[in-house]
Amino acid sequence: MKSGRIVKVSGPLVVAEGMLGTKMYDVVYVGEMKLLGEVIELKGDRAFIQVYEDTHGLGPGDPVFGTGYPLMVELGPGLIESFFDGIQRPLDKIKILSGDFISRGIHVPGLPRDKKWFFVPRVKIGDEVVEGDVIGEVEETPLVKHRIMVPPGIGGVIVEIKEGVFTIDETVARLRDSEGQVHELRMMQKWPVRVPRPYKEKFLPEVPMFTGQRVIDAFFPIAKGGTACVPGPFGSGKTVIQHQLAKWSEANIVVYIGCGERGNEMTDVLIEFPELKDPYSGEPLMKRTVLIANTSNMPVAAREASIYTGITIAEYFRDMGYSVALMADSTSRWAEAMREISGRLEEMPGEEGYPAYLATRVASFYERAGRVKCLGKDDREGTLSVIGAVSPPGGDLSDPVVQSTLRVVKVFWSLEDKLAYRRHFPAINWLTSYSLYREDLRPYYEKNVSPDFYEMILESMKILEKEAELEEIVRLVGAEALSQEDQLLLEIARSIREDFLHQNAFHEVDTFASIKKQYLMMKAILKLYDVCKEIITKEEVTVKELRKSTIWEKIARMKYFAESDLHEIEKIIKEMDHEIRQPVN
Amino acid sequence: MKLDSQLIRKRLSKFTAVSNISGPLMLVEGISGVKYGELVEIELVSGEIRKGEVLQVEEDKVLLQVFEGTSGIDIPKTAVRFLARGLEINLSMDMLGRVFDGLGRPIDKGPDVVPEERADINGAPINPYARDYPNEFIQTGISAIDGLNTLVRGQKLPIFSGSGLPHNRLATQIARQSEVRGEGESFAVVFAAMGITFEEAEYFIQSFRDTGAIERSVLFINLADDPAIERIATPRVALTTAEFLAFKKDMHVLVILTDMTNYCEALREISAARKEVPGRRGYPGYLYTDLSTIYERAGRIKEKKGSITLIPILTMPEDDKTHPIPDLTGYITEGQIILSRALHRKKIYPPIDVLPSLSRLKDKGIGKGKTREDHSDVFNQLFACYARGKEVQELAVILGEGALSEVDKIYFKFADLFEDRYVGQGEFEDRSIEETLDLGWELLSMFPTSELKRVRPQFIEKYLKKAS
Repeated sequence: MKSGRIVKVSGPLVVAEGMLGTKMYDVVYVGEMKLLGEVIELKGDRAFIQVYEDTHGLGPGDPVFGTGYPLMVELGPGLIESFFDGIQRPLDKIKILSGDFISRGIHVPGLPRDKKWFFVPRVKIGDEVVEGDVIGEVEETPLVKHRIMVPPGIGGVIVEIKEGVFTIDETVARLRDSEGQVHELRMMQKWPVRVPRPYKEKFLPEVPMFTGQRVIDAFFPIAKGGTACVPGPFGSGKTVIQHQLAKWSEANIVVYIGCGERGNEMTDVLIEFPELKDPYSGEPLMKRTVLIANTSNMPVAAREASIYTGITIAEYFRDMGYSVALMADSTSRWAEAMREISGRLEEMPGEEGYPAYLATRVASFYERAGRVKCLGKDDREGTLSVIGAVSPPGGDLSDPVVQSTLRVVKVFWSLEDKLAYRRHFPAINWLTSYSLYREDLRPYYEKNVSPDFYEMILESMKILEKEAELEEIVRLVGAEALSQEDQLLLEIARSIREDFLHQNAFHEVDTFASIKKQYLMMKAILKLYDVCKEIITKEEVTVKELRKSTIWEKIARMKYFAESDLHEIEKIIKEMDHEIRQPVN
Repeated sequence: MKLDSQLIRKRLSKFTAVSNISGPLMLVEGISGVKYGELVEIELVSGEIRKGEVLQVEEDKVLLQVFEGTSGIDIPKTAVRFLARGLEINLSMDMLGRVFDGLGRPIDKGPDVVPEERADINGAPINPYARDYPNEFIQTGISAIDGLNTLVRGQKLPIFSGSGLPHNRLATQIARQSEVRGEGESFAVVFAAMGITFEEAEYFIQSFRDTGAIERSVLFINLADDPAIERIATPRVALTTAEFLAFKKDMHVLVILTDMTNYCEALREISAARKEVPGRRGYPGYLYTDLSTIYERAGRIKEKKGSITLIPILTMPEDDKTHPIPDLTGYITEGQIILSRALHRKKIYPPIDVLPSLSRLKDKGIGKGKTREDHSDVFNQLFACYARGKEVQELAVILGEGALSEVDKIYFKFADLFEDRYVGQGEFEDRSIEETLDLGWELLSMFPTSELKRVRPQFIEKYLKKAS
């Protein structure tokens, strides 16, 4: 191990000399305690190191040891249900070693070395394999078949393959490449976090990732392999949305990164996820989830790394041919970590003190999402969807992090504290949010949900836009002054807002709505609109009188029908014509 | 921080090579073996000893921040001593009932604290895996908090105030009245004041003494004319004490930090003196991280009996919630209680603005077995009625009260009564949660039951009848 000595310590930044031969982004151990650090700048024989742990007690003269390899994550069975810090140290193991508080210089491998997994081969001796080919499987949890793949850059003929119980360190197969060299394959591979994992080809996303959230699936959908961002001031419900997506997204694997956020929120996830059931499989949600937590009081440099650790793990599962959803809460804290390190490096600042390369870093992070043809002969398809929360200061969307994010993501869910104060949740503004996937996903919705769904969505949005215009007038002259048609429109718009868009994350039924349910609910509301419109034009009945009908109450209760009772909504739709004409007593 | 004894001896000898003094910072040259974050003693010509901390070391150059300020320090004669440890504080159960300065030295003319143990004031982050979720109710005796923005053990819930608003009275009332329900639970208050005036400090100390609350309290007072840099240490000293009481002595500790705005300004002062690139409004870019190392020390730990609940108080400059201090605080804490100047003008105490206030953890701390089964429903109903009442009042300003419908007139009246009787209460009025909930029902009884859509029918039957 090459070693140098410290000449300067300033917060998380350490400068060491005698480091000639170290490469950029190499991992180093700093001080006698061997704190983990990463080289982020080289000047002559001096290396500038960001240290992933608290640097109190380090001083000039202390040694620095080079390792010669970059920051890597361990990939293999054991990832699912794990709870890592920003540099893939399992927090439960840290607790065993250092107690309730995290002390320094703890080295724990990311994946358990002693745990044994049952490996079932999928190839046999003599088979020709290329990089990315699946050589076997491990049933990691009832939800996840962990596919063991030939690591990138290796290929050849299988000369040995085993079946049985192994640790991730043991050789499960051997292959001979074209030059006659024999490679041993283990269940674990390592990958540098800052390098995107390779794939064959990238495609445009065309399948929606359903989330069970009506305002998202119907109004502003995200595609599998797509990118979205949720900016909003504090108290507008960013974290609740991220949790909802982590819970109910129709994905095989969920990677959740708590980046510089509250400790209690991660505890909440830890307590809740093992108890909640995946609506698609009925298994506990934890069985498909990887958690990464670098809370705000944990070292800032590890916060910077946590985003990369998370997305590399997510890419690894994508490479198996799975649909993966990654939530990062919050990317603003990640950007702030970059800003802090950049400031210590005395770099010339860009906007608001953020480094000039902020936009590049943000863009290349989101660019790691996508729908791809994975490596391997079977051409399997994997998707990685990325949803980033952004916490702009004062909710101001001109913030550099928001702006550089909006330039790359395709879906924008605009959270507003005004809506949150009115207790409208999710507080996603239906006028300013957008999804650029809506048009791409149209064929899917028309084919798989209903041919008229897309038109219905557009109509509802039009109603809401009209409502916003009318509200101006109402504010000046009162609702009574409007025509009957317009008054009806306001009632319907209110129904769309309160009965469709409003969704209670804490209600056991309402928290998740299948796309079928969403379709029926919207259909009911729009049919009510048509029926009422006809009545007020033909029969001279006022909206006020129509409002007395029991139907409105039924519409408001639709959201509480369980998925097994959707025929009840169909019944409401069928009986609507009749019911609205019933005399009210 | 460990150093070999020989080195310690060498370094404990006086050392004079101060080369630069600027604002609260000092540069010392020609010394080796100094560690980042090390505690320093500075001996002035007069014999006075001050404390400092190493902010940066580069080769033989050391940058210090001096907690008591640099006035009176000269370049040729001042001596510096490096102590080979971080800033530590003596901890003991005897601290209860005592008053200390911002660095933890007694100022109540009592004896020094005989330490049971010493701890570095910077602490270490709680492992998120070791945390237990806060879900137990703390009764403050204040309806607007207990009923609508319920505080739970282990929560961090700041009070956003403005200059001239009675946040200090509210803070003392909370400190005086807070209790955890249940038998055999011991409760303590750690109170840290940063940059407050002599009068305010006297008010705090006196009212703690008068009501006997001091017996279960530890006070740390940094006055407005005390050196600003000392304030950087004060909240950490307080929280280290709280961690000792909570996790070593099984107590439920309520920590009140006032005024965080002064703390942040001290931080800005140091950042400016170091010529760092400023973030918004001149505050350093790491303000969020720095605040989180304070706020995140609140919490509960699995298998530990005690807990730390944190109420930081801050005055928003120009009552602006988007100012970096309240803004970043709101991003870290679990909700906020906002004081309103409008209510204060109406002579309502405490002037808690219920609508934008929020306790994110309240749902986990209320209900059957914690407060009462009807709590959540009453909360929702009161909140909805008050929100509607405020809208009606705004409408009435434009259209005149005569234009309101009969129902809206009730809402109009309700909003006033709600502010007056529910939010408003005496400074020495300690309402139990049952009284708070019953008061809610009493106020709701002015509406026809058809308007009370958010409460379950069985609760109307059970509680509303009784109240009206």
